[in-house]
Amino acid sequence: MDYAGVVLLEVLYMIAFLALTSAGLAIVFGMMRVINLAHGEFVMLGGYTTIACARAGIDIYFAMLVLAPLVVGIWGLIVERLIIRFLYGRMIDTMLATWGLSLLMVGAVTLIFGSSAVSVPAPIPGYRLGSYQMGGYNLFIIAVTILLVLALWFMLRFTRAGLIARGAMQGPDVVASLGYNPRKVYMITFTAGAALSGLAGGVLAPLTGLLPSSGGAYIAKAFITVITGGAAVISGTLSSAALFGVINQLTSFGAGPVIGEIAMLALAIVLLRLMPQGITGRFFRNGT
Amino acid sequence: MTGWRSIGRVQWGWFVAAAAVLALLPLAFDTHTATVLLIWALFAMSLGLMWGFAGLLSFGHSAYFGLGAYAYAISSVNMGESTIPLVLAVLVPALFAAVVGAMMFYGRISDVYMGVITLVVTLILFKFMSATAGDAYRIGDARLGGFNGIPGFPTLNLPGFPEISLYGVPPYYVCAASLLLCYLLSRWILARSFGRVLVGIRENEARCELMGYDVALYKTGIFTISAGMAGLAGCLFANWAEIVTPGLFALGQAAEVLIWVIAGGLGTLIGPILGAMALGMVKLLLGQQTLIDNSLVLGAILIVVVLAIPRGVVPTVQRAWGWRTRTRRGRAKAASARRRLGGSPGESA
Repeated sequence: MDYAGVVLLEVLYMIAFLALTSAGLAIVFGMMRVINLAHGEFVMLGGYTTIACARAGIDIYFAMLVLAPLVVGIWGLIVERLIIRFLYGRMIDTMLATWGLSLLMVGAVTLIFGSSAVSVPAPIPGYRLGSYQMGGYNLFIIAVTILLVLALWFMLRFTRAGLIARGAMQGPDVVASLGYNPRKVYMITFTAGAALSGLAGGVLAPLTGLLPSSGGAYIAKAFITVITGGAAVISGTLSSAALFGVINQLTSFGAGPVIGEIAMLALAIVLLRLMPQGITGRFFRNGT
Repeated sequence: MTGWRSIGRVQWGWFVAAAAVLALLPLAFDTHTATVLLIWALFAMSLGLMWGFAGLLSFGHSAYFGLGAYAYAISSVNMGESTIPLVLAVLVPALFAAVVGAMMFYGRISDVYMGVITLVVTLILFKFMSATAGDAYRIGDARLGGFNGIPGFPTLNLPGFPEISLYGVPPYYVCAASLLLCYLLSRWILARSFGRVLVGIRENEARCELMGYDVALYKTGIFTISAGMAGLAGCLFANWAEIVTPGLFALGQAAEVLIWVIAGGLGTLIGPILGAMALGMVKLLLGQQTLIDNSLVLGAILIVVVLAIPRGVVPTVQRAWGWRTRTRRGRAKAASARRRLGGSPGESA
């Protein structure tokens, strides 16, 4: 019974992890059809911001929930102005340029922070579930993810900004007909997506520790979660995060973490072969 | 018009000059360095062939490079000689690519989705190979060795004489010959109707399909050929490094070859070759110092190329050159020359 509880919590944590790290990428992809391959490094930057601030004596919750999204959001704005805006509509070129950006950021962070791992202790102590020792911080991550998804859903569904965003998903013409400049909407979207990536990095930093190359661990998972989910931001990300989370953790419990990850990646290939438009291209077509 | 004649019309002079330079290079340049530059050039050309001419971008071409290296290492440990392993190093990646390619192209997967799948394939290989430490993972006498890879396999020997192994200058000539032969093979493929249809698919896939060509078959074909060449490059690299590690499959390797190709120039064969050699040299020089990180420079190059010269250096230079000669000779003459050559600007070099 305790074991079932452990498995359930681990599965929930994995789903939350996937949804949280994919949210920024999903928003940018869903609205702008831009794949940001530097997404993993945006997450990493959020993590480094949090750890650097926490070491400088700033309250860690303030650092991860406010400062990390702020710093990465501003960085995203700079990137959009300098690189992305010249490449709208050229999907492959955007992928290449952002891949270059990802290498550049890895190199820069290595220069600044060195190539050894940095970490900060998790601010929430562990607890016991029957005879198992559990990390209390995982629960915090699950809670943050649930709040984030609810906030996104509320914003997209019930606010003026959400209406414009949903218009942007259908195409730049729709935004223009609502009376807004699509370019400006894209700029704000990319900044918001970057800020979300920063939040994810900040929240995850105490749990995972960080290396300059940590971004690579996020990008592949976020990438397949978003592409497999399809164009609808919330239902797509949630459905594919749930699917991959369950598969990854159940296989990991049976056959070890490496086989778990391989199973997840293999499943992604099969799903893309069967549904190239993603899960939401076939099901929940009118979702957000 | 046969393939050979149309290869022969333009390039033989340059080709012989390049071969002569390669033949004499060991006199002037460190052979060890020159060898690895040629290997990288071959790897880049294999990607340039399918990306530049068929418009198929594999984000994880390192998968086939690594498979070639591993196929060679595993089979040479088991056989104790290098001739059959060399053949296997081409066949294994080619067959693997044929399966992956058929799955993608007959499923009408293209663009971003092809990018995801090729990337995920190389990630799977990377994760799997990294996790093969211990005695349980062995193929015949070869232990896969997990993250440490396979060291100490027999390197290239004279075909038929396992006791006479090649080291020093001869492997350099093997690499030079491989590059030149693969270049000729690629030129020949591109001059055949197979190559013409590939360029047609790049330009307008729907039209080619409506003309009755089996587009998926052509795409799978070029993917297979390209993977075989990448496998050969991987095998030569294994011989150069004398060890194979999962790092061959890593994303960094995949990104690097992509940067070489796009910086050198899409739609040419010489572009990727020169791009790989020049940027490979930069990488080796940067590796000798610790002040500036290698990936910082590579990343900056990739961004600048995509933003400023998205077609790459060689086609941009060619276009500038073509423009100058055209204005000198007058437009009508250039137009008639283009008609006579019957090629698009993207096909020269």
